[in-house]
Amino acid sequence: MDNIRALIVDDSSVMRKIVERSLRQAGINIGQILEAGNGAEALSVLKDSKVDIILCDINMPVMDGLEFVRQLSGVENAKDIPVVMITTEGSEGHVVQALSAGARGYIRKPFTPDQVKEHVIPVLAGK
Amino acid sequence: MNSMHPSLTSDQDRQSWVPMLELAAREVFELMLGCQLLQASEPLKEDKLDIATMVGLAGQLCGVLTIRCTAKSAAQMASRMLGVDAEKAGPEMWDAAGEVCNMVAGNFKNKIAGLGDGCMLSVPTVITGTDYNMHSLADSGKLRANMVFEGSPLLISLEIHS
Repeated sequence: MDNIRALIVDDSSVMRKIVERSLRQAGINIGQILEAGNGAEALSVLKDSKVDIILCDINMPVMDGLEFVRQLSGVENAKDIPVVMITTEGSEGHVVQALSAGARGYIRKPFTPDQVKEHVIPVLAGK
Repeated sequence: MNSMHPSLTSDQDRQSWVPMLELAAREVFELMLGCQLLQASEPLKEDKLDIATMVGLAGQLCGVLTIRCTAKSAAQMASRMLGVDAEKAGPEMWDAAGEVCNMVAGNFKNKIAGLGDGCMLSVPTVITGTDYNMHSLADSGKLRANMVFEGSPLLISLEIHS
């Protein structure tokens, strides 16, 4: 896929930039990057913008990543956008929670660009 | 009410966590900053450590993980994470240092059997300056890892509440 539009949701601006750089280093052809500092901001961004994939942290103020994924499933024009969680909460229980909530992938911090590639490309390919 | 898992309560067990704390930090620095974090060969001089980042842990393990370093080191972290000159890191150095602390805390708890699911992390807090006193309510000991990041001291500590 070319010109991927990605929404990166993380309360750390540094981490949002690292995720963006990792997507590019993974060889993903990025057309546009949108950013949000928490789940509520992300829902607001999605009212006006269409994206191909969402990369989302879990631990965030205002609305955490799990609640965001749950609420996203109720947003008619955005519920089919795949979400990949990128988080320090790497336990099996958290993975199960995230996948049950509707996430399509899970990357643990710290991560490498190869891990981003391994998890994001199949999701973009719809596998 | 959560209580600490029985296997997590003895002092002996906790002292065995120090190498895991060091490993957790090393992995974060290698993967996210692309550099080696070394073990300090002599006691650290703490009076110049003017950045303190803290992440709280709650659940089966309650406590605070703190990373203390110099502002120069925090700027170097931002530089390595963002690919910018350290001199141009600006306020993002605090965000970078906080995120490093968050990742070390998360990576550490995921290495301790039984803690991954039973322990939640707070968002990071960053304190700048040296003129402050910290009064911890920890009553179950303190783990400490003395490290060196690009030639500068970096102190990682985990204070544990029972």
